[in-house]
Amino acid sequence: MKICFFHLMPYRFLPDDFEHRYRSVWVDPPHSLFDPEKCSGLYHEFLDELEFAETQGFDGLCVNEHHNNAYGLMPSPNLMAATLTRRTSRAAVIVLGNSLAAYNPPLRVAEEFAMLDLLSRGRLVAGFPVGTSMDMNFAYGIDPATLRDRYYEAHDLVMQAWTRPEVFAFNGRYTQVRYVNIWPQPLQKPHPPVWIPGGGSVETWEWTAKLDYVYCYLSYYGYKRGKATMDGFWEASARVGADDNPYRAGFLQLVCVADTDAEAERLYFPHVHYFYQKCLNVWEGFAEAPGYRTLKTLQTGTKPQVGAQAKKIRQSLDWQKYLDQGYVIAGSPKTVREQLAECIKTLRVGHLMVLLQIGSMPKDLTLHNTALFAREVMPHVRDMWPGYKDRWWPSGCAS
Amino acid sequence: MIEDTMVSIRDGTVSFRVLSSGRGPHVVSFHSFHERGGWSPFLERLAARYTVHAPLHPGVGGSVGVETLEDVFDLTLAYEELLDALGIGSASLVGHFFGGMVAAELAAVFSERVARLVLVSPLGLWRDDAPSADLLILPHDDLPAALFRDPASEVARRWGAVPESEEESLAAQIESIQRRASMAKFVWPIPDKGLKKRLHRVAAPTLVLWGDADRANPVAYAEEWQRRIKGAALRLLPGGHMVLHEVPEVAAAAVAEFLGQ
Repeated sequence: MKICFFHLMPYRFLPDDFEHRYRSVWVDPPHSLFDPEKCSGLYHEFLDELEFAETQGFDGLCVNEHHNNAYGLMPSPNLMAATLTRRTSRAAVIVLGNSLAAYNPPLRVAEEFAMLDLLSRGRLVAGFPVGTSMDMNFAYGIDPATLRDRYYEAHDLVMQAWTRPEVFAFNGRYTQVRYVNIWPQPLQKPHPPVWIPGGGSVETWEWTAKLDYVYCYLSYYGYKRGKATMDGFWEASARVGADDNPYRAGFLQLVCVADTDAEAERLYFPHVHYFYQKCLNVWEGFAEAPGYRTLKTLQTGTKPQVGAQAKKIRQSLDWQKYLDQGYVIAGSPKTVREQLAECIKTLRVGHLMVLLQIGSMPKDLTLHNTALFAREVMPHVRDMWPGYKDRWWPSGCAS
Repeated sequence: MIEDTMVSIRDGTVSFRVLSSGRGPHVVSFHSFHERGGWSPFLERLAARYTVHAPLHPGVGGSVGVETLEDVFDLTLAYEELLDALGIGSASLVGHFFGGMVAAELAAVFSERVARLVLVSPLGLWRDDAPSADLLILPHDDLPAALFRDPASEVARRWGAVPESEEESLAAQIESIQRRASMAKFVWPIPDKGLKKRLHRVAAPTLVLWGDADRANPVAYAEEWQRRIKGAALRLLPGGHMVLHEVPEVAAAAVAEFLGQ
């Protein structure tokens, strides 16, 4: 079992009435709410938390990419990963990831990931998300109708750039390069492990399984609701003839650990509430550009993670509901251990990612949560998948 | 009687569903984001004097092949090929918003094929000081106020009604998403794809029609169109952005007066 510390890098200082006064945390939250002095401090706070996680024994450190987003201050996760390569020496550096279609040419991703792999001495996990509609269609202006096609083509280009021995020409529909020949090349051979963060697109499941990559569901709604998506992936996986090795899967779960269940509510509720009420407050119009999801996915009838319907559900939430519905696994070490074991088993996940800094949670509390989790929970879920080999772990990390 | 036919071009990679009716000179009508079904009382009235053809844009309502079209230029070529396939040498064009952009592109690139041009609150130009509403993404509940002069009117309420059953409601949502996505491809994220550099080529006599209470596409754009198409006339009609649907009789009369026989 691999356990990774995931950071979203949320802006912690949105006003109390944010979700009532502003329509969206993403795409058009006004700059007037942004204090650069504070954000400068936040970056160091967040990096301290990631570095601390390595000292506590986490296997990997995860960063990701968002744009125009007050809960994700990481337009470039590669910059964060680069600093981590210098301040850590053991943990996997998991970039989840670079939204391929947004880079022009996408070779930039092949180059920067190669640099990160070399800097980290082979500890990089290369994540390739399609990117959310908010990030790609709205913040970056990419047309939703061609986004996926651009993504697949960019993926092919990056993989060829990493693996073909010769200088070659790439004549794509969206990218044409006469001389593909990236220097440097990655350290890991044939290439760094590839993880695909997905949000429940039907096509992505099969594609990921076929190419023998890891599928990661980065859900904010917990393991109970995540089951349908992970089941979908496992079924698609079986359809294409892949085995059921749990290390094919990753899942993100919000977790809060305290000495007792009551203490968990006292310590963490305001920050969890901040996350669900403010950080996920996305205007319906931005939830999904027309064409972002394919017809096949639309026909499944699933709803986006944000938008009007999701908001209605969120507004009715209190601490007990957050827990009952599994959005957050929180409580005493015993409570968390039991539920986390259920999460890992029911979803069949070999790469668990935990979000321990949530919403407005300050550094001291984040470190407290991280240390408690590492000491009281992690050792108990370590040996969940005996007999399976993790073929998707960086070769520069001890396995 | 409305003829409903599929017309293919490019060895079938693009097929248009075309609704046709009436007799007389050819008029081709191009729809926009928020018109479902393709036929309307406005077209019905035009069909009394003209042979009206209303193709649905690729990806919309049975027309297919949008994924093979690269950009606005490719779409324009495809429509010229459709005119060939329909056996139409030249026709008058009527287009609303997105459809207006398509009609203007055709008139700019293939001026010899366009007899007269009617642009109804057309899309395709951009002004930073007067952006058109982001109609592609406005939530359904917010649309009537943006589209209609009177959101409480019968026509607005009929337009905004959603099916009762969950199944039909999901189907309607998917239809709406697919329809908008198919057009979004050509105008995302800003509907300025170079038309301003081509409009001087328009040779057809042109009428620009606008709803005087158009809240989605500011009337300020009318001047812009008149400035760029020499001799274009402007006529304001009492209505909002959906003026063709709000006052179909008045709109059809204005168009017929301009087109003549």
